[in-house]
Amino acid sequence: MALEFPKHPFRTHGGAKVSHCKNTWELPSVVLPPPERVILPMQQHIGAPCTPTVQKGDHVYLGQVIGDSDAYVSAPIHTSISGTVTEITSVMLTGGQMTTAVVIDSDGKMERDPNIYPPAAIRDREELAQAARSAGLVGLGGAGFPAHVKLNVPKDKTIDTLIVNAAECEPYVTADHREALENGKNVLDGIYKVKEILDVHRVFIAIEDNKPDVIEKLREIADNPEMDPLDEVRVFPLRSRYPQGAEKVLVQSCTGRQIPMGKLPADVGCLVMNIASISFLASYMRTGMPLTQKRVTIDGSAVREPKNVIVPIGTPIRDVIEFCGGYRTEPKKLLMGGPMMGIAVTSDELPVLKQNNAILAFDGAQAASLEPASCIRCGKCVEACPMGLVPTKLEKAVEKKDTAALQELEIGTCMECGSCAFACPAGRRLVQAIRLGKSYLRKSGGKV
Amino acid sequence: MDKLIVSSSPHFHGKRTTQNIMLDVILALTPAMIASVVIFGFRAAVLILTCVASCILSEYLSRRLMKRPQTVGDLSCVVTGILLALNLPVTLSPLIAVFGSVVAIVVVKQMFGGIGQNFVNPALTARIILMNSFPARMTHWTAAFDYSAGADAVTTATPLVSFWQNGGPSSPTVLELFLGAHGGCLGETCALAILIGGLYLIIRKVISPVIPVTYLATAAALSALLGRNPLIDLLSGGLMLGAFFMATDYATSPLYFKGRLIFAIGCGILTMVIREFGSLPEGVSYSIVLMNILTPLIERISKPRPFGKQKEQKKKEGSPHEA
Repeated sequence: MALEFPKHPFRTHGGAKVSHCKNTWELPSVVLPPPERVILPMQQHIGAPCTPTVQKGDHVYLGQVIGDSDAYVSAPIHTSISGTVTEITSVMLTGGQMTTAVVIDSDGKMERDPNIYPPAAIRDREELAQAARSAGLVGLGGAGFPAHVKLNVPKDKTIDTLIVNAAECEPYVTADHREALENGKNVLDGIYKVKEILDVHRVFIAIEDNKPDVIEKLREIADNPEMDPLDEVRVFPLRSRYPQGAEKVLVQSCTGRQIPMGKLPADVGCLVMNIASISFLASYMRTGMPLTQKRVTIDGSAVREPKNVIVPIGTPIRDVIEFCGGYRTEPKKLLMGGPMMGIAVTSDELPVLKQNNAILAFDGAQAASLEPASCIRCGKCVEACPMGLVPTKLEKAVEKKDTAALQELEIGTCMECGSCAFACPAGRRLVQAIRLGKSYLRKSGGKV
Repeated sequence: MDKLIVSSSPHFHGKRTTQNIMLDVILALTPAMIASVVIFGFRAAVLILTCVASCILSEYLSRRLMKRPQTVGDLSCVVTGILLALNLPVTLSPLIAVFGSVVAIVVVKQMFGGIGQNFVNPALTARIILMNSFPARMTHWTAAFDYSAGADAVTTATPLVSFWQNGGPSSPTVLELFLGAHGGCLGETCALAILIGGLYLIIRKVISPVIPVTYLATAAALSALLGRNPLIDLLSGGLMLGAFFMATDYATSPLYFKGRLIFAIGCGILTMVIREFGSLPEGVSYSIVLMNILTPLIERISKPRPFGKQKEQKKKEGSPHEA
């Protein structure tokens, strides 16, 4: 028997009232002309890095595999342009670690790999997971977790609910918003396919209620008596409260189930997929074209013409920003991702990666941060924490390097969403302290 | 391109700062300050200014002397000054008020590390010290609207004293209590002004309603249970001021919802126990300070449950799992 849909979201507490700043939601996405050069790091996912499968001087077609790995948790990397491999070098990624990268100079033709053809009809879970791997798909919401690992649900776990994550709770970012509006049919195609293969009879398309146009549009398409006679796929509006789109928060909002510590959505019968990921899966099944481009929101006070751009993966950030009219003023901070969880990068020469959904350039005023003052114990961090943690006590334990206290305060449950630091009137660097605390705990052999 | 700033996420911050929270508290205390000047005359204004000025100076000098970053700018010392003044009788000598301010800022606040670190409420503790040091002067009440200076003032009892010790016809009506037309400390008499300020703080989300509502409800319920008049108990003495402005002090009340409930219930019980059974007519200061001291213990038993943490299974002795 099919599971009931709840009338209202289960979760109504916690989180931070972050302003939306969604300046680009009304602008149709534009396609970036092929760049002259792309830089493709071999690590664009969580898991083992790939090794280049091409050599300097090789000619490559668009969509050809150029990096792969034997490790299970990894995803192959494809070229996003056609041209010549000019260099195999190493680049510094956002986290500061070095990784191998393949540099390709464009021949300007964007010639597709002749070996690309639509995959054979997918019949079961293994084939679905295999297809996701061949496509190089990773979680496009920002985490970059290889999709085939997620889709290959262990046999002993039953999935009864699919949640399509279109919450998009990060300020500025509208890439998923535009995906839903421009590719709504694709999204639903992907949903019907995954639903059929995983034999799931309840699908939430979870969207924050600040996107009424998306809700209306997807409801229209989802009302499909032919594909979904039992009305098992429903658009589910959620309260607009950061971090609504975080996996654990989302699962609880939709199903009321709380994922136990250290467990995954599959442990409570749920599969969560980003809307762009599921839409991509549908187009891959139709065309066989692997993941080579990404819709990215370009915004921030230092960008002249904010917009959503469909970018070949590996394009240097600078090229994309130039396409958006260049910098309005001297940028002081450059972010990969939204302002709450995005990573500040050191240079605009770094390439756009698979899991990037935004690039934000902030001017001096916007990049300025509050000078930290003493904690006044107002408790705003406690109210804001979606995970029921006590950030101020965590910070104090980090200062004392008290790993036993960090363990007891369940530092590992923190997903670094930034709600606490956002809310803190004293401007304490709570997330930074918690990251440091996690490394202390790891070094001392504790479980994070 | 100049060097880019690289910092840890989040790269966004809410509009709240310590300073604008304190400004909100000062704004919320303004109705009570105005009411005190209307009810007790310009000497109330002198007392408030004295306390605020000496609190600012104490904070400034003590930070300087300790070679610590200056914190006068966060305005918390102004709040302490106002709160202390609102807890004094109008006839008090400004010199004593200065002494109280120094105690509040230097001894209670700065000696324990400054803002957020004090374990008891500075203004209330200073008031208690003044009460014990100058008991007669601290209970020298004048009637409302009697603006005459010094010792000529007609002394009067506060409503709590007149009701429960004298009874009698001189007791103010409920309406007079609500509007503050009766004897008492500067800021505690006008319940209306305090309510306006308290509501403002709740609407601005500076304080959560948990502590004031629970405190007042507990006190009212106990008052009824003890056969007293709950309405008069709520409106007289420092209960209103204490519930909205003192018990909600960030540094000295629990961080968590459950803890705040326990804290406020404790305050309510202690207040009524002191009022009914103690030798003092008033128990708000002592009850809040006592609960301040218990705050770390309350926090230990009221921690929120982290997301996804299973309720701890009770270990049964001799269960097979332990073998």
